Amino acid sequence: MSFNAAIALNRFGLGARPDEAVPADPRQWLRGQFERFDPKPAVLAGVPGSGAMAAEFRDYLIQSKLARMDGGVFRAASPPVMASSAMSPTAMAEPKEDNPALAGLPKELRQGIRKMYRDSYGALARARLAAALVTPAPFAERLVHFWANHFAVSADKLQTIGTAGTLEFEAIRPHVAGTFGDLLLAVETHPAMLLYLDQAQSIGPESFIGQRAALRRNPNAKKVGLNENLAREILELHTLGVDGGYAQGDVQELARGLTGWSVGGFVKAPIGREAPDGAFVFQDSWHQPGERVLLGQRYRSGGVEQGRAMLAALAVHPATARHLATKLARHFVADVPPPALVDRLARVHVETGGDLRALYRTLIDAPEAWATPQPKFKSPWDWTVSMLRGVGSRDVPDLNVINVLNELGQPIWRPGSPAGWDDSAAAWAAPDALLRRVEVARRVAAKVGDRADPRRLAPLLLPGVLGAGTTQAIARAGSPQDGLALLFVAPEFLRR
Amino acid sequence: MTKDPIMLTRRSLIARAALGSAALAIPGIAFAAAPTDRRFVFVILRGAMDGLSVVMPVGDSHYRGLRGALADPAAAPSKLDTSFALHPALAGTAAMYAQGEALFVHAVASPYRERSHFDGQNVLETGGTGAYLLKDGWLNRALALLPDARDGVAIAPTVPMVLRGAAPVTSYAPSALPAASDDLLTRVAALYADDPLLHPLWSRAMDAREMAGSDGEKKVNPEALGRLAATFLSKPTGPRVAVIELQGWDTHAGQAGRLNTQLKQLDALLVALKTGLGPTWAKTVVLAATEFGRTAAVNGTGGTDHGTGGAAILAGGAVRGGRVVADWPGLAGSQLYEGRDLKPTLDMRALMAGVLAGQFGIDPGRMARVFPGAAGIKPVEGLVRA
Repeated sequence: MSFNAAIALNRFGLGARPDEAVPADPRQWLRGQFERFDPKPAVLAGVPGSGAMAAEFRDYLIQSKLARMDGGVFRAASPPVMASSAMSPTAMAEPKEDNPALAGLPKELRQGIRKMYRDSYGALARARLAAALVTPAPFAERLVHFWANHFAVSADKLQTIGTAGTLEFEAIRPHVAGTFGDLLLAVETHPAMLLYLDQAQSIGPESFIGQRAALRRNPNAKKVGLNENLAREILELHTLGVDGGYAQGDVQELARGLTGWSVGGFVKAPIGREAPDGAFVFQDSWHQPGERVLLGQRYRSGGVEQGRAMLAALAVHPATARHLATKLARHFVADVPPPALVDRLARVHVETGGDLRALYRTLIDAPEAWATPQPKFKSPWDWTVSMLRGVGSRDVPDLNVINVLNELGQPIWRPGSPAGWDDSAAAWAAPDALLRRVEVARRVAAKVGDRADPRRLAPLLLPGVLGAGTTQAIARAGSPQDGLALLFVAPEFLRR
Repeated sequence: MTKDPIMLTRRSLIARAALGSAALAIPGIAFAAAPTDRRFVFVILRGAMDGLSVVMPVGDSHYRGLRGALADPAAAPSKLDTSFALHPALAGTAAMYAQGEALFVHAVASPYRERSHFDGQNVLETGGTGAYLLKDGWLNRALALLPDARDGVAIAPTVPMVLRGAAPVTSYAPSALPAASDDLLTRVAALYADDPLLHPLWSRAMDAREMAGSDGEKKVNPEALGRLAATFLSKPTGPRVAVIELQGWDTHAGQAGRLNTQLKQLDALLVALKTGLGPTWAKTVVLAATEFGRTAAVNGTGGTDHGTGGAAILAGGAVRGGRVVADWPGLAGSQLYEGRDLKPTLDMRALMAGVLAGQFGIDPGRMARVFPGAAGIKPVEGLVRA
């Protein structure tokens, strides 16, 4: 039996479902997904949007009296960062009791803030999972996850716990099958990204507000200034890649070009323009005036258009093409991507001006993608989603999926850095990680009980790749639950 | 439990490790050195710790001007000597310094001179001369040279680059999930018997599980990570080398509060290691290092940006502590690297090699295998008590 169906379902898609037919023409099934993909499916209705989340964060800054008004910019004296989020996979995505940002606040306010963020993050994360379970276009849905990781906003600061998911829903989903330039612009103007990488508070030193602050000569006044964090990550991570041929001067020029890109609800007139909560707003009075030079190209003075023009050029730059080609080939074909495929993808990107559908078609048509059945080790997210799809779940199960992903080492939207999660077996195949998967599989199997027969399920989920050893192990298991757990931790199911 | 052939294989592996039959595991290693009782913990501080705020060069006349409010933490810093003071959040570490069990290294950097976290961490962990030039970690290569073949252990759900490589390593992080039955674990072992990737991983997972005992700690925090590492390292037959990661050091904005929290966690981790190791602490060296330092001057948002030279911390009963090791380059504008960063005057590999030489007696010839491309780099001497 050919393993092409398994490749389409499990490597390109999110895992086979027992209640859906195995595609007769796997390539055609993949090509048709972008007609079926719904950027705003019913399961995402009713989750909080970035406007509400940005407003909540702004109100938190005010209420907690950690907000300082300076030149119209609200800023936390001690930015609230979760005390142990990054190193603690079990920590809930909420501020800790000992978080300095919460110290000294009335108990009610503290509890309210924690609850708000826990509820919002939880609602967004569960909606993401629900979309992954019921989608009619699992390949497109996987690409949404891929781009969300490419443009990672880590939900471990108060300003991103509630907004990280909204970036995926509002900026990535609508543009997943458009051009890379549109996707890039949508992401870099989204409040989650602007707040996460400190762009919302970056002010050009020679801008009107920058000059005025400098003239005050008050040693106690807070400094206002340029923040190059977003510009650096755009070049290093989002577009050109670390070897993309840019220099420190390019980082600074892009940072200057982006000054004034901010978030509505965080600025007050007359210092800046007011705008709806969470909406992108361009603050002329913060924008560094003058011509910019990025990668040898001149960008004339021109307000918000200057930064847009820079991003548009970066989106179709050959280094960007190669960077994205490498990541796509790594995700869909092999940890060490075949150079010939990377070359083809990069060429298509340049020739089509970053047409994402053309890139996806190139992947589907690539012989390299169909040569070996299971070259990739599933990430914890991939594995969890494929397991829940595999037992036929249509609703987010009665299982704390957020904690499960924390335990498995890949908390949802929380990679800990703007680089996102590593996309190779070396990142995920480790002794303890394997043991945790066995424990989770056993727990999921316990919930399914004997409603599923793993002997029937195994060939449906792993068409053409299920081995005799696994078939035998499942058949000989002590209980259906143990058999189901063995199916989910089998070498064939851990890979895609 | 059934007499499964796979489980027998696993037990025989443990037995072999306990006998210290290095020749079986690593051909070509001389038996000159006796099995070591020394311990080494490498703490990776991910995100670029601001060395100038941690080991504060208060004796440098340019320091306050560059740093503004960052030069004045909420509490008084601990005086280290006439030139340096320690951030007040490291209270437990200051006490170790006073007892001669901690030292601080300044103006140190890996050979990496760009400003990407991910590339910088790769250089820090591979011990190479540039990013992605080496495919394994320096501590894994060092592990292969230890006189008895013991697994290294990463106190983390996955193995960080510094420990990846040919020598066997394991990873362990406390799990709050209910355990699967021994029977299921045995069946999983059989399922992985012929899988070249999964079989060795699973064997190590089972070994680590056995070593941690049934009451593995349930809650993960830096202090618990320290205690857990101590549990592994204090077992006579356990690992000699452990790696712990702490994230979150990238303080671009509002650094004062964030760094204070980070340093408190690091301090708790070091104190937990000391407490948990008990008498073994006397044989232990902990090295806490980061991928690069941060800019000499405070930025427009109360933070600091990616820089070059930084600080490292050595703690442990085996450390010849109570001093700051620094060939201080100065903070005047002309003295800064590229006009913005603390200029490195010590190669991080000299520090790492100095620790390995002192702790494990790795001679210069073999050290070249741990740090290829570092031929001209002389290990720092006298870091470790004989």
